[in-house]
Amino acid sequence: MTTASRISSRIGQTVLTLFIVVTFNFWLFRLLPGNFTQLLSRAGALDPAAVASLKQSFGLDKSPVEQYVLYIKNLVTFNWGTSYVSHQPVFQMVFQALVNTIVLITVAYILTVIIGVALGVFAGRRAGRLADSVTVTTSLALWSVPTFWLGLVLVFIFSVWFVGLPVSGMTTYAATYSTPFDQVVDIGLHLILPTITLVISSIAQYTLIMRNSLVTVLDEDYVTTARAKGLSSRRVLWRHAVPNALLPTFTLTWLNIGIFLSTTLQVEVVFSWPGLGSLIFQSVNQRDYPVLEVSFLTIAVVVIAANLLNDLLYPLLDPRIARR
Amino acid sequence: MTTVVLSQPPGPVTGEQTPAVERGTLARLARRRMVQIGVGGLGLFVVLAIAGQLLTVNGIATGSTAASIFNPPSLQHFMGTDELGRDVLTELSAGALVSLIVGIAATAIAVVVGTLVGLLAGFFRGWLEVVLMRFTDAMLTVPSLPLIIVLAAVVGQGLGQIVLVIGLTSWAGMARLIRSEVLSLRERAFVLRARSVGVPPLRIMRVHLLPQILPLVIANTVLISAAAILAEATLSFLGLGDITRPSWGLMLNNAFKSGAAGRGAFWYVLPPGLCIAILVLSLSFIGHAINEELSPRRQRQ
Repeated sequence: MTTASRISSRIGQTVLTLFIVVTFNFWLFRLLPGNFTQLLSRAGALDPAAVASLKQSFGLDKSPVEQYVLYIKNLVTFNWGTSYVSHQPVFQMVFQALVNTIVLITVAYILTVIIGVALGVFAGRRAGRLADSVTVTTSLALWSVPTFWLGLVLVFIFSVWFVGLPVSGMTTYAATYSTPFDQVVDIGLHLILPTITLVISSIAQYTLIMRNSLVTVLDEDYVTTARAKGLSSRRVLWRHAVPNALLPTFTLTWLNIGIFLSTTLQVEVVFSWPGLGSLIFQSVNQRDYPVLEVSFLTIAVVVIAANLLNDLLYPLLDPRIARR
Repeated sequence: MTTVVLSQPPGPVTGEQTPAVERGTLARLARRRMVQIGVGGLGLFVVLAIAGQLLTVNGIATGSTAASIFNPPSLQHFMGTDELGRDVLTELSAGALVSLIVGIAATAIAVVVGTLVGLLAGFFRGWLEVVLMRFTDAMLTVPSLPLIIVLAAVVGQGLGQIVLVIGLTSWAGMARLIRSEVLSLRERAFVLRARSVGVPPLRIMRVHLLPQILPLVIANTVLISAAAILAEATLSFLGLGDITRPSWGLMLNNAFKSGAAGRGAFWYVLPPGLCIAILVLSLSFIGHAINEELSPRRQRQ
């Protein structure tokens, strides 16, 4: 397959996935039999006149195709409606939450990948020994721990035994800052526990993939050659084996953004971090459908974009794929 | 979540239909430490769930007076009481039942759908494969937790709905795996021969293909069930589960909302999470062991 056709087929799949997600969203929230106006008015029984006027104002009296076109037009023009509860524009709420989530996710993700890869190298070069099996078993155990519970346990520890670190929110309530630097420090302190939770519960996959990949690479002929040349084992490991073993981990970092986001949603709820996760949690519990819908769509689009980015970038790192 | 992908089998060597699982595999599995621990953990919760149904130790609701809430473990309440004065141990055993039911039922749906999609796509190829696999890829791309949350919020929160939502969002990985396996199987001599003498496709799938992919299906069934149990717990924790049945996730939701962590009620906060973790870990142990037992054998074939 040539590069051009590979890229265009990837973009084709991306567009198709976007289309499926958007259409799914449209059907789920708009055309579920009979209850849209009820959901909208948040009332059980409505008189027919009210139903008719609601339907008209949302274009529900038009044909499904027209509604669908209108829906997509509103989506791409950021005309996302207003919240049922706060009556703020949905765009504004989702955008602010997205920014807060990105702050948390960036810090936590970088740490997760670095620590995960380091542990993977640690276990991989000791394959078959005690340190290796302890690392692998611990990773499996950590994967099994529900993230939200890990967060709860940390809240417990830091509000009962070691009081001091903030366990809730993004900033201290009603705080006034003398300098912007103070605000950054305050946010940084609030970041600590959510970040620790995220790192602990997400690290396993990076450790396991890096370990397995390193074990495979260490068996390759070129590594044996490098050893035979008399290079120091450290040089063989870090210059020859690790860079190649990093390739699958690279893919994982992009493909796993979806899973990492799912984990982040839970952490945000437990620590009341005002991001997309908390927003979804609130909107679900308040049946605030416009906010829920757009939050979900935003997450889906971010993840789909990350997947595309991985597929476009990977051949640049691993020329074997491009030539295939 | 980790889905362990089995290594691809190499192309056909003999092409003869051989038993997909060598004799003695089960015995070797039973000797593995991971399997023993896993089955032990699983058994523990089955017993807990059954015991909870047979003898309701102290009754769920014992009335919430100031004296009966957040009691630490005592002889009367082995694991203390919660914010409404309910017995934590009783709730735990009821939660075991919910986790097992949802785990089994949702997994069954995911396995049937995933196997069917993979089989059909891999065997018939053509437009059917394109349609099914494009859709499968889309399912794999969309992050699962937000999808499950949105679905559950709209569909409703009974136990049946939860099972359906989790089951219908967990099949895509299985479908991909089965399809690639079927793609290689369908070119083998025993399948080609059956097709050339006009054996109907459905019969080929049932008699020739299904037994071959069964080990792969079983290994992944166990891993899917682990993920399904985690998903149910997460949904319930977020308040989207069946609130009429005490589940581990719901207990943690109540603990979270009532500020049990801040009040130091460790007997209430710790056990549900530990139960989820141990059950999920038991299943992952079993799944990984089956995978390991099968993959080197597959490579040698």
